[in-house]
Amino acid sequence: MNHAEKAEVFNKDEAKVNWHDKALWYVREKRDTSAHKVQGWEYLRELGSSIKANVLSNLDEYLIQFETNAKKNGVHVHWASNAEEHNNIINSILEKHQAKKVVKSKSMLTEECHLNPFLEKKGIEVIDTDLGERIVQLAEEPPSHIVLPAIHKTKEEVDVLFQEHLNTKPSQGNPEYLVSEARKHLRDKFLKADVAITGVNFAIANTGGFVVCTNEGNADMGVHLSKVHIACMGIEKIIPQEKHLGVFLRLLARSATGQPITTYSSHFNKPDDGKEMHIVIVDNGRTEQLSREDFRASLHCIRCGACMNTCPIYRRSGGHSYDYAIPGPIGSILSPGKDMKKHSSLPFASTLCGSCSNVCPVKINIHEQLYKWRQVIVKEQKQPVVKKSILKVAGVVLSKPSLYGLAGKSARFALKHFPRFMIYNKLNAWGKARDLPEVKNENFDEWYKKRNKNG
Amino acid sequence: MKVGLFIPCYINQLYPQVGIATLELLEKLGVDVYYPQGQTCCGQPLGNSGYEDDSKGACQVFVENFKAYDYIVGPSGSCIYHVKHHFDILEQTPEVKRVRNNAYELCEFIVKILGKTDIGASFPYKVGLHKSCHGLRGLKLGSCSEVMGEHFSTEEDLLNEVKGLQLMPLNRKDECCGFGGTFSVFEEAISVKMGKDRIKDHLDSDVQVITGADHSCLMHLEGLINRNKQPLKVMHIAEILNSSL
Repeated sequence: MNHAEKAEVFNKDEAKVNWHDKALWYVREKRDTSAHKVQGWEYLRELGSSIKANVLSNLDEYLIQFETNAKKNGVHVHWASNAEEHNNIINSILEKHQAKKVVKSKSMLTEECHLNPFLEKKGIEVIDTDLGERIVQLAEEPPSHIVLPAIHKTKEEVDVLFQEHLNTKPSQGNPEYLVSEARKHLRDKFLKADVAITGVNFAIANTGGFVVCTNEGNADMGVHLSKVHIACMGIEKIIPQEKHLGVFLRLLARSATGQPITTYSSHFNKPDDGKEMHIVIVDNGRTEQLSREDFRASLHCIRCGACMNTCPIYRRSGGHSYDYAIPGPIGSILSPGKDMKKHSSLPFASTLCGSCSNVCPVKINIHEQLYKWRQVIVKEQKQPVVKKSILKVAGVVLSKPSLYGLAGKSARFALKHFPRFMIYNKLNAWGKARDLPEVKNENFDEWYKKRNKNG
Repeated sequence: MKVGLFIPCYINQLYPQVGIATLELLEKLGVDVYYPQGQTCCGQPLGNSGYEDDSKGACQVFVENFKAYDYIVGPSGSCIYHVKHHFDILEQTPEVKRVRNNAYELCEFIVKILGKTDIGASFPYKVGLHKSCHGLRGLKLGSCSEVMGEHFSTEEDLLNEVKGLQLMPLNRKDECCGFGGTFSVFEEAISVKMGKDRIKDHLDSDVQVITGADHSCLMHLEGLINRNKQPLKVMHIAEILNSSL
C-alpha cells in the first residue's frame, strides 16, 4: 500500500485521528513557546545549519579526527559501509563477549539497519529501554515517530498490552501505575544485561567523545551496568568541536519537545576501568545522499522530530503510513534516496505548505526537496497511466492558448449540463466528499471581451 | 506604471467574479491595468505533480504575455509563488528574470507597491482569514507561527481597514487547508480531513465569511462547506476589498 492508501485506513477512525493530531499539535505549541523564550532563536538555527554544512563539506577530515581521538581515549572504532556490515560488527562484538542479553537505548540508526530482528534470529535478547520503544517492541510494531515512538497508542491500549506482557492489573490506563510497572520490568533487564547499545546524538571530532540525549536516563543506566558499550552512529552525526554542543543541545530539546534541555545529556569519552567501549560509524547510503546536490542538506538532520509534529499530513496519517524507519517530512526526503521504488509515494504525501522547513532547527529546506524529489521520481519511476496522460496532455493544452480556451469551455459545459451521476462517481476523487464549484454562464475572458465591447 | 493582470486558469474558468473584483479594485486604485489575451496557466499543477518539464510551454506563454509590463499582479499567492520560484526551469533571459521579479500577489502589490491599506471598502461581517501557505511561507505575506519574530500580515493590514469588518481570531492561525493541488485527489482522505478541521476552526470562532488570497484553497473549503451544508460563505479577499456593503 502506498502512503495515501495507508492514510485512508488510518482515517477510518476519525476520533483517533483527532486525538493523534491534538497530541502532536500540543508538542508543536510547546516547541513554539519554548523557542520564543530564546533570544536570537532564528540566529541559532542559522548557526546550527552553517555548522552542519561545514561538517558535510569536510566530513572526511572530521571523521578521521574523531576516530583518532576516540582511539586515543581507548575506544574501539569500527566502520560499516551498510546495514549488513553494521549488524555483523555488532554481532561479532557480542560473540566475543558471549553476550546473550542486550539493552538498547533509542537509536534510529539501529531501526534503519533492522538490528533487532537480526540479533533476535541469533538467539540474542534485545530489550529497547526507552519506554515508548519498549511499548512498540511489545506490540511488535515499528516506532511511529522518532522522538515519541508510541504516540499512536493511547494509554488504554498500553494498559492492555502490559497486562498481556508484564502481567499488570487492569488500571484503565493509569499512567503512574503503568510507568512504575514498566520501571520494575526494565530495571530487571538492566541488571541482567551483558551489553548496552546506544545511539549517538553528537560525535565530537576534536575530543573523540560523544553525547547521547535521553529523557529517561536509560542510556546511562544501560551503559553503567554493562561491561560493554556499543554506540552506533551515522557518519553525519559529527560536530567539529565540543563548544558546538552549546548550539545543538539548545536546538534539539526545544525543537523536539519544548524542553529547554533533555533531562539527560550524557557525555561519553572513554571506557570505565575493566570495561569496553565501541563506536560503529555507519554510512548506509549517506555518502550517496551527500553526492546529490539537491538533497545533500537532508543530512543536516539532528532527529528532533519537529517536522513531524508540525506536519498536518503526518498528524492526520500517523507515522506507520510512511512505512520507513524515519517517517514524516524528513523521512520523505531521506527514503527515496534509499529505495526510490518502495518510497516513491512519500514526496507526494505533502501539500508543500512549508511548515516543516520553518520549524527545522538546522534549516533543511524540506518542502523544496519534496518538490525536487517529485521531479526525479516522475522521470525515474513508472507512473500510473491515467495520472501521467492527464498531466502530459495538460502540458500541451496549457502551452496553446487556443486549445486551452476550447478545453475550458468544454469542461465548464460538462460541469454545468452533465447529469450529476456523470460528474460525481468513482473516477472523481474530488467529488467524494466535496462539491465542485458552481459554474457561471461566462468565464473571465468572455466577460472581459464583452465589457470592452460595451465600454 | 503599466500593470498586467494575471488571472489564473481556475479563476478564469470557475470564479470569474474573483477576476472581476480584482480588476475593478485595481482600477479603483487608479492603476493603469491591462489584461493580456491568451493567458493559460502558470504551470504550477504540473510542477507540483512532478511534471515540471512538461510545463515549460505554459511558462513560456506566461512570459510572452507579461514581459512588457512593469508589474504583473494576480489574485493567487501560489501561482505568483510558482512564477517567482519555479520559473528557474526556463532559460534565464532578461525577459524571464523581469517577469519573475515583477510578479506580485494582489494584496502585496496594494500594500507594498501602492503603499495603501485603507481602500474605502465596507463589509459588515465576521470574517475568518485563511492564510494560504504559498502566500504566507512562500511569498512571506505575513509572519508564520513557526518563526520567531514580530507579527505582521499583509492581508490583515488590508482587512483591518475595511469598515464594519470584524476579523475573528482562529485557534490555529496558519495551518494548511489540505488542498495542495493534485494532492487533493491523490491523497483524498487526508486532504478532506485537513479541510474539515480548518472549517471547524472557523465555525468554532464564530466566523460568517472565510476569506483568503488564494482561491484554490477556498475552492477546496467551499466544496466541503457546500457538501456538508455548513453556515459559512467563502469569498476571495479581492471581493471583500471591492465591497461597499
